Amino acid sequence: MKRTITVLVHNRSGVLNRITGLFSRRQYNIDSITVGVTENPSISRMTFVVVVDSMENVEQVIKQLHKQIDVLKIKDITDEATVARELVLVRIMATSVQRGEIASLAETFRAQAIDIGKESMTLQVTGNTEKVEAFIELVKPYGIQEVARTGVTAINRSAKMSTDTSRLTLIN
Amino acid sequence: MIHSKETEKQPVNDKNRLCTGSEILLKALASEGVEVIFGYPGGAILPTYDEIYKLGMNHILARHEQGAIHAAEGYARITQKPGVCIVTSGPGATNVVTGIADAMMDSLPLVVITGQVGTQLIGTDAFQEADMLGITMPITKHNFQIRSVDELAQTVKEAFHIAVTGRPGPVLIDLPKDISQQVTTFRYEKKIHLPGYQPTTKPNKQQIRKVLEKLQTAKKPVLLAGAGVLHAQASEELIQFTERNQLPLVNTLLGLGSYPGNNELHLGMGGMHGTYAANMALHETDFLINIGSRFDDRLTGVLEHFAPYATIAHIDIDPAEIGKNIYVDIPVVGDAKAALTMLLQGKGPNAEHDDWRKQTQSWKREYPLWFKRDKEVIKPQELIQKLYEQTNGEAIVTTDVGQHQMWAAQFFAYNKPNRWVTSGGLGTMGFGFPAAIGAQIAEPELPVLAITGDAGFQMTLQEMSILQELQLPVKIIIVNNASLGMVRQWQQLFHGERYSHSLFPIQPDFSKLADAYSIKAIKVEKLSELDGAIEETLSHAGPVLLEVCVAKEENVYPMICPGQGHHCMEGVKPS
Ligand SMILES: Cc1ncc(C[n+]2csc(CCOP(=O)(O)OP(=O)(O)O)c2C)c(N)n1
Repeated sequence: MKRTITVLVHNRSGVLNRITGLFSRRQYNIDSITVGVTENPSISRMTFVVVVDSMENVEQVIKQLHKQIDVLKIKDITDEATVARELVLVRIMATSVQRGEIASLAETFRAQAIDIGKESMTLQVTGNTEKVEAFIELVKPYGIQEVARTGVTAINRSAKMSTDTSRLTLIN
Repeated sequence: MIHSKETEKQPVNDKNRLCTGSEILLKALASEGVEVIFGYPGGAILPTYDEIYKLGMNHILARHEQGAIHAAEGYARITQKPGVCIVTSGPGATNVVTGIADAMMDSLPLVVITGQVGTQLIGTDAFQEADMLGITMPITKHNFQIRSVDELAQTVKEAFHIAVTGRPGPVLIDLPKDISQQVTTFRYEKKIHLPGYQPTTKPNKQQIRKVLEKLQTAKKPVLLAGAGVLHAQASEELIQFTERNQLPLVNTLLGLGSYPGNNELHLGMGGMHGTYAANMALHETDFLINIGSRFDDRLTGVLEHFAPYATIAHIDIDPAEIGKNIYVDIPVVGDAKAALTMLLQGKGPNAEHDDWRKQTQSWKREYPLWFKRDKEVIKPQELIQKLYEQTNGEAIVTTDVGQHQMWAAQFFAYNKPNRWVTSGGLGTMGFGFPAAIGAQIAEPELPVLAITGDAGFQMTLQEMSILQELQLPVKIIIVNNASLGMVRQWQQLFHGERYSHSLFPIQPDFSKLADAYSIKAIKVEKLSELDGAIEETLSHAGPVLLEVCVAKEENVYPMICPGQGHHCMEGVKPS
């Protein structure tokens, strides 16, 4: 199963290394990681998507992360009300004749053309993972030259939090 | 940078006086109450060594960095204070990696300072550069690289705090050479600001109540006590709790000494080479309370066969240990001392478990540890027994890794805490002898017996230099079976007696080696000489190397063979 975990860490050099090292040493598979500073420049926020076998496994991941001195807060937000987004850039083959057709396809996904060349164009889409994947599938027939995905970043919704008093949110 | 005469003349308490990084480091160590540094100099750490010289700090020069760090571990194990080890960059630093990993596995507090090339050179593959931050990230509790002289003092403070609080462990500080030479004012703060590090020491009352409730109805309760009890200095509380509730107790390898080994309720060590009584109790119990042990696989064996009928309570300072290997019914996060104190305030069991106690006692009586005596050849078990008898158990025992380690765990009763020093988690050969040096420095008055194998001793024997230099009265006892004994045993049992590279065709003359270091040497080959040799060893005021040639093909029993449950031990009785 896939779980989405957010972690607040000190914005110090080497912290990402500590975290990913921990994952690989304990054989947890990371699907994606996104990192960026928060409103406080000394703190960064990471969003992981991890693949685990069981809830006990997720709990162990969280506990191990919590042991890191640079980790301030961890949350498994998978079962909470969240907004999760991913950004993808796709460069596809596109002759000048096809451009119009592609543009209208893109529109339904609110994708934008951000670069157009003689025989290709690059589109940008944001959305949850399913949407992003659906879009990639859709443009595949044109011939994909390159895809770059950021991985998921996520945040709790501003509406009320999930009622589930998840035991995985904090261990201390 | 060279100290100017002017700055040296200024009074020490002048707050505005400029100090070099090295000076700050050593002042900080002094503020932490560090009594002794184990180390080895080299280029990148030279400014610090210069300061050690000037300040006349108590420094012990090992002959290999591995010796220095294992000595620091031995010191930490006995004193519960962080062992301090200072080495140079590159090869000096990589030579302490084994010791750091060892300390991490056995939760020993260390503060390791490694020199580093100058900040301008970091990342350029400079002479004697090694990425110690990267190398030790997975084997330290935390590590730091100093980037500015102004953060040095605070970092040392934090390193000591992290090393000893919560679950103890090694902390590394990588100190670039130029920073150790830069100057700033020295201020040593009392406060620590580590928002991401807040270990829970006080257990949750509710959870403690659950333990007590279950204890009231349990019919076959067992306590499993690990090294966490020793780290928390909770032996007194453990004894009270166990006696009051008449609970049979099993120790882990590293927990030996947390409960008197000669007490009736003590069933011995559990696990692969544990006693029959301990392992049967682990198998049959309906309520297992684990205090301060991490359910290591050498203890549990195959998880599906472990404590199959038990409700399990696990008390541990490290939340990540709870549920890591074994499903736990009652998790309790906290320090062993705090937990036992709270448990002592509650009510004891209602249910009678007299029958259970009788049962465990009868296992103990009927299936004691055994070996077959020989009239001439010295059996290693007999050697250990005699060492116990002749010291009245009043000694610190350190061991290396292998068969002799298991025999030293089985046949010597550890009746007091902090008398037993062994490498449990990493199983590091070469550990025992240097660890004995650290232990002897920590406890100058107690006899320290370094029980080692003929193979393991050869990994760090150069540290005999320290014995010679300081006239430390450590007694080295080489259990010589002319082989890598434990490897030979496994090859015999599980690899069709193919002794691939485990038998020594030739051996060094250990007595001559001792002689080279001006250490008294005794060698015995016959049982009839053994008592006298031990007596002579123990009564000699200085260091002694006692080489005991033992039965070569002796195996460690009883044994849970791979894949078996605790109730299927082999070699429980003489065949
Ligand atoms: C550094 C290291 N290398 C290899 C091993 C694997 N190993 C475990 S026990 C053992 C044999 C030890 O022989 P010896 O020191 O003579 O002790 P004995 O088992 O004979 O008592 C070996 C090689 C180890 N534990 N540590």
